[in-house]
Amino acid sequence: MSKLTLKTEGDKHVIVTRHFAAPPEAVYRAHTDPKVIQKWLLGPEGWTMPVCINEAKPGGKIRYEWTNGKGGGFYLTGEYLELEPYSRIVHVERMHLPDPTPDNHVETRFDADGTGTLMTMRMTLPDAQTRAAMLATGMERGMEASYVRLEGMI
Amino acid sequence: MVTVNLDAAFSALADPTRRAILARLAKGEATVMELTKPFEVTQPAISQHLKVLEDAGLIARRVDGAKRPRRLAKAGIEAMDQWLAMLRKALVKNYDRLDEVLAGMEQPKIKRGENR
Repeated sequence: MSKLTLKTEGDKHVIVTRHFAAPPEAVYRAHTDPKVIQKWLLGPEGWTMPVCINEAKPGGKIRYEWTNGKGGGFYLTGEYLELEPYSRIVHVERMHLPDPTPDNHVETRFDADGTGTLMTMRMTLPDAQTRAAMLATGMERGMEASYVRLEGMI
Repeated sequence: MVTVNLDAAFSALADPTRRAILARLAKGEATVMELTKPFEVTQPAISQHLKVLEDAGLIARRVDGAKRPRRLAKAGIEAMDQWLAMLRKALVKNYDRLDEVLAGMEQPKIKRGENR
């Protein structure tokens, strides 16, 4: 049962959708409560997020740091722009590898869908080149961990 | 032998004309002239796009008399496919974990008869 869709739109967008068997209130909380985020936003097995700062208010800071416990690691920073509990979050984020990637503007919607939630994440990159670079170097969050792991395998 | 460079491949895809060329080649082999026709650009411009795609390992050419028809390079396209599948897998993994977290969270009570 694959519920995830990942597609590009136009030159600058990436759209991710996913259905969850929990109401929007819970899914929203899972995206804004640091204690919950640290349990799932990890990428491949073996990675953890020892630092998770998430100030869920307009202008609030986001900082996630990941490590594989073997010296590998990277981090993400961002800022919240808009929050509408429990239906919509708008924020910007960038990966630090360690040089920062161009800002990724992300609108995340949580729509009630039966007894569950349909999450729609719409990422907007500055231009087509940046989106291509993002797709090429590991998409976001846990995806970068895969990239690091892949480098180890090659 | 086609060598695949993922960075080059994804930046090659960042151009709408090059994406259109790949879409055309997905239907089958084509010559430079055939590839130039649908676009409002010159043949040298198309040749330049073809060079970028070829350097990225996404297309290949063969010799047919004076013609050099281009086709999709299977290895290059497959390498990109595999890469995207891996990214997708990492994302799927995160959300599968979130499913478990959500199942363990105390759910807010949903009123009976509420239609949403």
